[in-house]
Amino acid sequence: MSRGIDVRLPQVRKLGETSRTDAWWVQPLLTFLGLGAFIVYSTWAAFQGKNFSYDGGGAHYLSPFYSPLLWDPPGMHTGHAWFGEAPSWLLSMWPSFLVFSPALLILWAPGGFRFTCYYYRGAYYKAFWADPMNCSVGEPGFRQENYRGEKKLPLIFQNVHRYFLYLALMFLVLLAYDAVMSYVFTNPDTKQKGFGIGVGSLVLTINPILLGGYTLGCHSFRHLIGGRKDELGGGAGKKAYDCASCLNRSHMLWAWMSLFWVGFTDFYVRMCAMGYWSDFRIL
Amino acid sequence: MTNAMFRVWKGQGEQASFKDYHTDVTGGMVVLDAIHQIQAETEPTLACRWNCKAGKCGSCSAEINGKPRLMCMTRLDTLDLSMPVIVEPMKSFPHIKDLVADVSWNYEVKKRIKPFRPRKPDAPDGTWRMQQSDVDRVQEFRKCIECFLCQNVCHVLRDHHKHDEFAGPRHFVYTAALEMHPLDTEDRTAYLKDEEGLGYCNITKCCTKVCPEHITITDNAIIPLKERVVDEFYDPLTRLFRIFKPKG
Repeated sequence: MSRGIDVRLPQVRKLGETSRTDAWWVQPLLTFLGLGAFIVYSTWAAFQGKNFSYDGGGAHYLSPFYSPLLWDPPGMHTGHAWFGEAPSWLLSMWPSFLVFSPALLILWAPGGFRFTCYYYRGAYYKAFWADPMNCSVGEPGFRQENYRGEKKLPLIFQNVHRYFLYLALMFLVLLAYDAVMSYVFTNPDTKQKGFGIGVGSLVLTINPILLGGYTLGCHSFRHLIGGRKDELGGGAGKKAYDCASCLNRSHMLWAWMSLFWVGFTDFYVRMCAMGYWSDFRIL
Repeated sequence: MTNAMFRVWKGQGEQASFKDYHTDVTGGMVVLDAIHQIQAETEPTLACRWNCKAGKCGSCSAEINGKPRLMCMTRLDTLDLSMPVIVEPMKSFPHIKDLVADVSWNYEVKKRIKPFRPRKPDAPDGTWRMQQSDVDRVQEFRKCIECFLCQNVCHVLRDHHKHDEFAGPRHFVYTAALEMHPLDTEDRTAYLKDEEGLGYCNITKCCTKVCPEHITITDNAIIPLKERVVDEFYDPLTRLFRIFKPKG
């Protein structure tokens, strides 16, 4: 609503115009390359529909891109699927030009969590949409007075972030379960299950730790566990809020580390499953 | 002693442009010292606003080599003096003359924010009881010196000129200090959404980066306020829970 205050401004900058003398373009470029590489790799991996689990040497490794595994693709028996092989009704609905990939059934949830994350929003608005390219650097001329921000459609939907948080918390539990299961190895001869440690176990363990640091430091989580109150008192609620605030201070670092590691975990399992790498058994 | 070149925005209106000045600088000098030296040596009409020279009054805000900074807190030994040091006025506000911008719009916006409204006193002597930790959260926001560097760097004001619809980071910090205060009973969420235009903020964190008081503006003020607006207007589950929440 108009405040009726006349603010005549001296100038409007053009795209990329700035008096900054530092390498202001490096940060958005690195973000563009980092996020772009992850999007390309994760999309490719999600559409593969194979090589997402590894059972060599009795291991039980499952790629985080495919966890939770609701249904196995036709003809596959990974031992991780909740409901067995993909049913015919699901396959009949599946687009004929796409290979059946169970990752496509679940990846929208963690993907949506990252897409609506407050840190990533600021980062990709700069790197992908030049909105702005960096602080005190000019924007594309067409946007000027037509800027809508997150106040109007379509970006008003970023407010759905907390719902993706609820899903991300469930994924955190599921990926922690996968990490625990990676320490269970089946003896190929006796078929008995026992404790063991492979390099893959460590890779799958680091994944939920880093995701936990990212998810539990989320701004929405911090708000829900105490930030919404004006009086926190001094009890457990205050401790939880302080803990989330502590993680939140390094939210960007957790975001990047967890992003890299979840991609690397899929890559590790994929390389083992394809036979390019062999999983070294520590114990 | 080094002879440094300063490229300073000089003039008024359409006639304003960059003008180069040379002056000798020594270790320990700040940009404001150099500007004062240029005033004394070569350009007595060069206008700049300043007061405390200690980073506490927020008067000498400007753009140094394109970055919004306080002139009195920018040491010359942190700048590359082999290149001209570019000094410009803030760009999100109307230009008056040389390095001076008219920041009065900010005061008008601030007047319209609902003031502090405390609950009834906790004790018969008219005093209140609060946890220190609850006050600490809003204490961060009270460090603001109103230099308006955050307003200046915010692209919603700087590039999109949404002065009529957007209050800017400084006023979100001010609103957060009131809204999160343990004694305050006023509800400003609707005002934040509709009048202050909180939704225009797209979390670039530029305001946080330029704050000379190191207030974590985006993470501790703006995003928590955005979350409160979500509670009130965009989250059906929270609204549903509120119906069944015991009153009192």
